[in-house]
Amino acid sequence: MSTLSIIYVVLFYVATLLLVVGLARKIVQYTRSPAPLKIPTTPAPTSTSGVAYRMAKEVVLFESLFKSSKWTWIFGWMFHFGMLLVLVRHLRYFVADVPGWLAAMQPFGKYAAFMMVAGLAGLWARRFLVDRVRYISTLSDHLMLALLMAIGISGALMTFVSHTDIVSLKMFALGLVRLSPQPVPETPILLVHLATVAALMIIFPISKLLHAPGVFFSPTRNQVDNPRERRHLADWAAQLEK
Amino acid sequence: MAAAPNFEVAKLTGEITVPKLREGAMAGIKSYNANDKMQEALGFPGALVEDWHDRAIGKMGELLKKYRSLQVFMDACVHCGACTDKCHYYLGTSDPKNMPVARQELMRQVYRRYFTFAGKYFPKLVGAKDLTKEILDDWYSYYYQCSECRRCSVYCPYGIDTAEITMAGREILDSIGVGQKYSNEILGKLIRIGNNLGLPGPAILDTLQGLEEDVLDETGIPVRFPLDEEGAEVLLVTPSADFFSEPHVESLIGYAKVFHAAGISWTMSTKASEAGNFGLFIGSYENMRKAALRIRDAALELGVKRIVVGECGHAWRVAYSFWNTLTGVGDGAAEADEFAKKLQAQLDHSVPQPSHICEFTHDLLKRGVIKVDKSKNDHRIITFHDSCNVSRASRMGDMPGGQFIIPREVIKMVANHYQDMAPGTTHEATFCCGGGGGLLTDDLMEVRVKGAQPRMEAFKDVVDSNKVNFLALICAICKAQFTKVLPYYGYDMGMVGGVHQLVGTAIELPGLGAGPVEEEAEEAESEAAAAGDE
Repeated sequence: MSTLSIIYVVLFYVATLLLVVGLARKIVQYTRSPAPLKIPTTPAPTSTSGVAYRMAKEVVLFESLFKSSKWTWIFGWMFHFGMLLVLVRHLRYFVADVPGWLAAMQPFGKYAAFMMVAGLAGLWARRFLVDRVRYISTLSDHLMLALLMAIGISGALMTFVSHTDIVSLKMFALGLVRLSPQPVPETPILLVHLATVAALMIIFPISKLLHAPGVFFSPTRNQVDNPRERRHLADWAAQLEK
Repeated sequence: MAAAPNFEVAKLTGEITVPKLREGAMAGIKSYNANDKMQEALGFPGALVEDWHDRAIGKMGELLKKYRSLQVFMDACVHCGACTDKCHYYLGTSDPKNMPVARQELMRQVYRRYFTFAGKYFPKLVGAKDLTKEILDDWYSYYYQCSECRRCSVYCPYGIDTAEITMAGREILDSIGVGQKYSNEILGKLIRIGNNLGLPGPAILDTLQGLEEDVLDETGIPVRFPLDEEGAEVLLVTPSADFFSEPHVESLIGYAKVFHAAGISWTMSTKASEAGNFGLFIGSYENMRKAALRIRDAALELGVKRIVVGECGHAWRVAYSFWNTLTGVGDGAAEADEFAKKLQAQLDHSVPQPSHICEFTHDLLKRGVIKVDKSKNDHRIITFHDSCNVSRASRMGDMPGGQFIIPREVIKMVANHYQDMAPGTTHEATFCCGGGGGLLTDDLMEVRVKGAQPRMEAFKDVVDSNKVNFLALICAICKAQFTKVLPYYGYDMGMVGGVHQLVGTAIELPGLGAGPVEEEAEEAESEAAAAGDE
């Protein structure tokens, strides 16, 4: 294998490790931190199933964002839903036999790249055009958008403009999964695409991308509104009664 | 009317607009600091400690471990901007640091620097900053320009609640010796004496006797205002402002008339002579708990079966959401939980514990236990201001959103003319009065007046279009704030009043004694008991 292939193989193993360990650590931290007081933003569901429904609306439809800003909601939802379709489409590179549904959704996954990139463009434009959003934008906010844009555009270029050798790419991907590394196809666009994806994986657990696991742990959204019906007491607060 | 303000008061248009940001517009605004006595009474250092930097970072680390809200909220924000036009203080002042995300960033920049990989090694890239005196000043200034109203948390896609961050900011500041005079002095009085005003028992008794005489003179009926009466059915815990402030006292008279007309025995308590709890405002669990325990103690001593809370927004948040946790006032304690069981065994669980006075009156009105003559309120065209803490941090009744329905139904059952303000300014989207969360002090008058602007715009709209002349409230802070702020916008402070002021106006008081009514009430209650608790 070429040095380049070795670098990419190592890069992806390291990136995966950092992503998984980093996220697991954060999730453990969130799970272990107590929520000593009942603070759901009301009106809030009075049952666990109600909370699941509220959370589903939040995660799938971005309900609160819809209430607050239609433009941000449209662009944000286009980006996230587009990215989801694109990600699902990419599963084909990681399984030897592509199941029927996965083959059938390929065209949707391909064109979703446009939705994703258009959403990103809209979100980025807001950082320049709306004075309030411009004020709160940091360098890392712009770089994050640049990174996602680079991933989306390099991917779309390979799908629609300059095709890459997807047979060798699949061998590379399967090689990673099967712990028997294969050479990476050395086309520049693919190399850019893979490197930016690995970068995203690495920064995921140490950046604002933590909003993805975070939303599930947000006490204002995941608590049941039943403080009068049940006594809610954190361990450290219970110590005060001793 | 107050003296001419030394700041500009916007001319109302009846519409809420989002201003262009003006950096530093409110940078100089600071409320007075607490002195050493006020600080030490709450267990905080008397003045800025020498090792403030390390202690502040240490405290932040401690709070991150104790509160998942803070930990998740520090991590999750993506700077999407959804909250930037939601805060009444931003809308009223156009200072960008009053945008919720920017207020959060004041803490997040420090969190990143000391607690995250990216901030430790690439501070410039992610906007991480060392904690400096300048940042502490910013914290003090802007964490006391937030009323912890939670409007931003409704709109945040991750439910980030700036109130939690403001509370943590204030707690850290207190822990290094930098407290706010208004909040900490009042909280000290509450913990030491039993109410925010520092009224001793005899003064309360004197006031209540005076009220009995006033009501007797006015109606010819001996409506009682009982204090510290053991064996009463109901303990009423109400903000101490109800004892003498205008228009608060009108609602207290309303509650007394409701109890009288229903024939339900009740009492107030000198020990629990305050529903408010500023421990919430400064994010101090320990102090909030200490203050709340006075209510538990009073309930146990008096042997009451029910606890009812008067008109006060943040008090209702603490009572509804936290009392069970802090004191056991509520239901559903575990078998082994002796602390809570002791009190819960005494309480009547066929009704919610605690109950809001609006829940209490609503139930009596619906069951016909108390009667009203709505026409007595015909001179009033009423609108209702949803208090922030009631709307976004509590509930009434047994369904989500009952906190919006029940007070409105009470108003409509006692008055003929009611008009809601514009959608987007009511229910969970309500705007804070501008004086909540520890800002109801004269040294923050500019913040209060400007922060009230969004509410005032919506109010102007219904005054102009519907000839509204009464702003009905269920919060002591809202009442004090609007009484003071309305004149700045050209309205008469007499337009402000409580929901139970309206009830008190319309209620029909049974003649002499309460003989036949008591039977009716008991009958009705046994019916309710038969219906079973849920």
